[in-house]
Amino acid sequence: MPANGQRALEAQAVLAGVPKVPGAPKPDPILVASSVVRRFGGLSAVDVEHVEVQRGSITALIGPNGAGKTTFFNLLTGFDAPDEGTWSFNGRSMGRLSPYRVARLGMVRTFQLTKALNRLRVIDNMLLGAKGQRGEHLWASLLPFLWRRQEANNTERADLLLKRFSLDAKRTDFAGSLSGGQRKLLEMARALMSEPELIMLDEPMAGVNPALTQSLLQHIKMIREEGATVLFVEHDMDMVHDISDWVIVMAQGQIIAEGPPGDVMKNPEVIDAYLGAHHERALTESGESLTTGDTI
Amino acid sequence: MDLTFVLGQSITQALGVTAIIYCLAAMGLNLQFGYTGLLNFGQVAFAAIGAYSVGVIVISFGASLWAAIPIGLLASVALALVLGIPTLRLRADYLAIVTIATSEIIRLMVRSIALRDTFGGANGINGKMGQAFHDLNPFHADIDLPFLTWTRQDLWVVTVGWSLIAIFTLATWLLVRSPWGRVVKGIREDENAVVSLGKNAYVYKMQALILGGLLGTVGGIVWAIAKQSVQPDNFVPDVTFFSYTILLLGGAARVFGPIVGAIIFWFLLVFVGEFLNQMIAAGWITFLLPTDVGPIRFILVGLGLMGLMIFRPQGIFGDKRELALDAR
Amino acid sequence: MLSGALLAGVFACLLLAFAPPAAAAGTAIVGTLKGPDGAPLANVSVTASAEGFTDTVVSGPDGVFRIEVPKGGKYLLSVDETTLPAGVSFTKPEDQSRSILVLMGDKKVLFGFSSGDGGGGATASSFTWARISQLLVDGLFFGILIALGAVGLNLIFGTTGLTNFSHGELLTLGAFTAIVLNELGLNLIIAAPLAVLISAMLWGWGQNKILWKPLRRRKTGLIASMVVTIGLAITIRYTLLLLFGGSPRSYQQFAGQSGLAFGPVSITPKSIVFAILAAIAIAATVSWLQRSRIGKATRAVSDNPALASATGIDVERVISVVWILGAGLAAFAGIYLGSTQDVTWNMGQRLLLVMFAAVTLGGLGTIYGAIVGALVVGMFVQLSTLFIPTEMKTVGALFLMIIILLVRPQGILGRRERVG
Repeated sequence: MPANGQRALEAQAVLAGVPKVPGAPKPDPILVASSVVRRFGGLSAVDVEHVEVQRGSITALIGPNGAGKTTFFNLLTGFDAPDEGTWSFNGRSMGRLSPYRVARLGMVRTFQLTKALNRLRVIDNMLLGAKGQRGEHLWASLLPFLWRRQEANNTERADLLLKRFSLDAKRTDFAGSLSGGQRKLLEMARALMSEPELIMLDEPMAGVNPALTQSLLQHIKMIREEGATVLFVEHDMDMVHDISDWVIVMAQGQIIAEGPPGDVMKNPEVIDAYLGAHHERALTESGESLTTGDTI
Repeated sequence: MDLTFVLGQSITQALGVTAIIYCLAAMGLNLQFGYTGLLNFGQVAFAAIGAYSVGVIVISFGASLWAAIPIGLLASVALALVLGIPTLRLRADYLAIVTIATSEIIRLMVRSIALRDTFGGANGINGKMGQAFHDLNPFHADIDLPFLTWTRQDLWVVTVGWSLIAIFTLATWLLVRSPWGRVVKGIREDENAVVSLGKNAYVYKMQALILGGLLGTVGGIVWAIAKQSVQPDNFVPDVTFFSYTILLLGGAARVFGPIVGAIIFWFLLVFVGEFLNQMIAAGWITFLLPTDVGPIRFILVGLGLMGLMIFRPQGIFGDKRELALDAR
Repeated sequence: MLSGALLAGVFACLLLAFAPPAAAAGTAIVGTLKGPDGAPLANVSVTASAEGFTDTVVSGPDGVFRIEVPKGGKYLLSVDETTLPAGVSFTKPEDQSRSILVLMGDKKVLFGFSSGDGGGGATASSFTWARISQLLVDGLFFGILIALGAVGLNLIFGTTGLTNFSHGELLTLGAFTAIVLNELGLNLIIAAPLAVLISAMLWGWGQNKILWKPLRRRKTGLIASMVVTIGLAITIRYTLLLLFGGSPRSYQQFAGQSGLAFGPVSITPKSIVFAILAAIAIAATVSWLQRSRIGKATRAVSDNPALASATGIDVERVISVVWILGAGLAAFAGIYLGSTQDVTWNMGQRLLLVMFAAVTLGGLGTIYGAIVGALVVGMFVQLSTLFIPTEMKTVGALFLMIIILLVRPQGILGRRERVG
């Protein structure tokens, strides 16, 4: 397994010249956010002055629980509205865009609590990820000859991805029958169906058994090798060390440090934030799982 | 005790006009609730729109039935938009509350004395509103078989009604196995997941609400044409809940669910009612009065609705594997 | 369903007094016909009929009529619609006749009348300060009544996420529990609190225990649960219809109370007593939520069940308490409604949507929201009759709810929902 391929070396080489300070400018940023603030009541859940994500890299967004990572993700992807702030993706301003438009522009996310669509088969979960489907239009859907070829192509691509993620044996099972780790894989594979430029993974390793974690990490590296950018949220620093090219640290809504994984982990401020926050852990655990989505 | 009569009544009703109307309403709910997960508790409003469009336009305004039908369908789309715009961005229960409230608003308005000249108040609108349709009747005789009795008018309505249901079932089948159907089923499972994949869930939900409402409206139009009379108190919320029971009986998110459900539902309901009536009349049951039969039928519907939703939402013939998932 | 039958104030009350056989020559049905504005209806034909007996009389200038009947028993009392004055008609066609059982004592029968055309002329003329103050008071009382139901609805929603479409039936069950006790011989003063207690335990705690707790354990989704509440509502309603029949009942005490005049406003003493008790009950609930340990736990569960559970709160216990409280308040509301109007099998269902309007207006899941929303809706419903026909007054409240959802979906006092 190529632990670090061509792209990884490139990304790391480029990032080597970037100053290791919060808000550091990157040579070729795919995502740039400035003064993003989100308040809940009196509390500023997110208060990010400036941050950039380098194209073609694996960037980790880490921080103790309750640091505002998921909220920041929700803001960037349009699932939550900020009180202030602007950000751009590929140079295009993205403020206040509906989440589905964000996704269409090539910035696709996954969720901390996996959203496998339980009563859909695995293959249908995958096909849902494909973009620009003619058969998704109401009238065209009634005329199968309009979309049959596209559907066949998408199915072929989905099957390749399923194979790659070792889910091909589950192809026609309901997604609800998969294990927790398999759902994580399915969600990632589904996001890849839309051929994103930036894939944002919210705690992809949470609740996954150690054996599967290694394979997940390899998949994430593969995504980079294929040319996409990965931004992922994680609170376990050890996981981050192995795969990320660059690490951004959040605590109490703010970005407190940035740099390559080795440097960040030695940063006393980061260690402080983690140790200081461990006491409050139980209080913030469930705060990130609130959703307005309806559960059936 | 005349079991032939009881069976005959049950079969006639199970295939008759009422079953057709409820089947159409339940088909609409199947698209909305079964496939998309939208909780429309006001399906009867869409039926009322259809029935009253025919009644008002043909009888009160004296225009043609063939003008009334498209106007009714347009009004139905408008109603779906009015209901959907404020609620489809909110949590599911808001749609439920607003739809049931709207169905009551409509019923109270059409039965009001203030608007009696147009809608006929509590007495509704009566008159030959379906005549233009009945003029086309190709049948010349009534049907009088041992288990099936229809007048030639009913026979004509039933023929057209089931044909419509066949066409709409085919359309539903095409819809739900297409990529469009995949998106709405995805919305039912988890709206945010679908949105995160770049689909505008709001538009899909609106489309499902409109399509489902239109099916209910067609049911209402059939009602007005078949019964030649529309009354506000025919359009109480219980109609919606009967339709839900039918849908769950046949199985939500199953293409043939509403048809299977409507036939079984009306067969059972009429059978139980007529059977009890006969038993009471024959003096075999003495602790019930003939007037008790109505409430008993409703109680069975209520219990059926609860039991099906809890134990077998995928219908009495449903897939065990799906059942296992629901328990998660 | 949601017709004008909400407050006695807008209804013509037909009070039937039966003279005891010993005191008078015979048994008689006596009553007064009043229009929606409270004015007596003269020259209206009323017919009483039973097997082998029919008699028709015409009401006097004071709206009073008297029909001598040969003996106690069941009579069908009907009003000839054609003899009603112009502009007055029945709220519902079935109101035209009522079956009554003539025994001893007072019995009240309601004929729902509403003002006929409801057009500008008729309503504009009655646009007086006296009428406005009466409507304000009626609205306040009606608001308090709705609040009793809405608080429970909102507490249950807040702690379990369940939007309960069978909450109206909790009112009905409470009213019928009191009727049963009342007809067993208990005075309403004893029967009412007893019925509230029984309802709280049987219909609240019991319902949660038998139905909702197992469903939560099965992880039945909220949407499925809402459909279950509908099925439950139908089952309860028609079981009551089966057991008690369709004709309205009233409690044996305080049935035909006449109003006390406070300036231009007329209020019955029982309404005042009930409203004060209801206000106390609501205030007690609020202070309980603020102060007591379990009340605070309830708020914590409403805020975030997972977090509350993680911090050692027994969520199931809180939910049990909330069901007990909600059903108790609802039973109180049912008895309140039953004593100011009648007890019927679908009385709670008629109020359900108004309660939802109150809750939506105030904000789903917030307790103050439910109370404020209920008072606003109560006033709005009553005051709207200044401009729209009485029969459409609930339509106004439901419209208000939809408009609020359009402009401020979280309600007046609700918080914006967090996403993702």
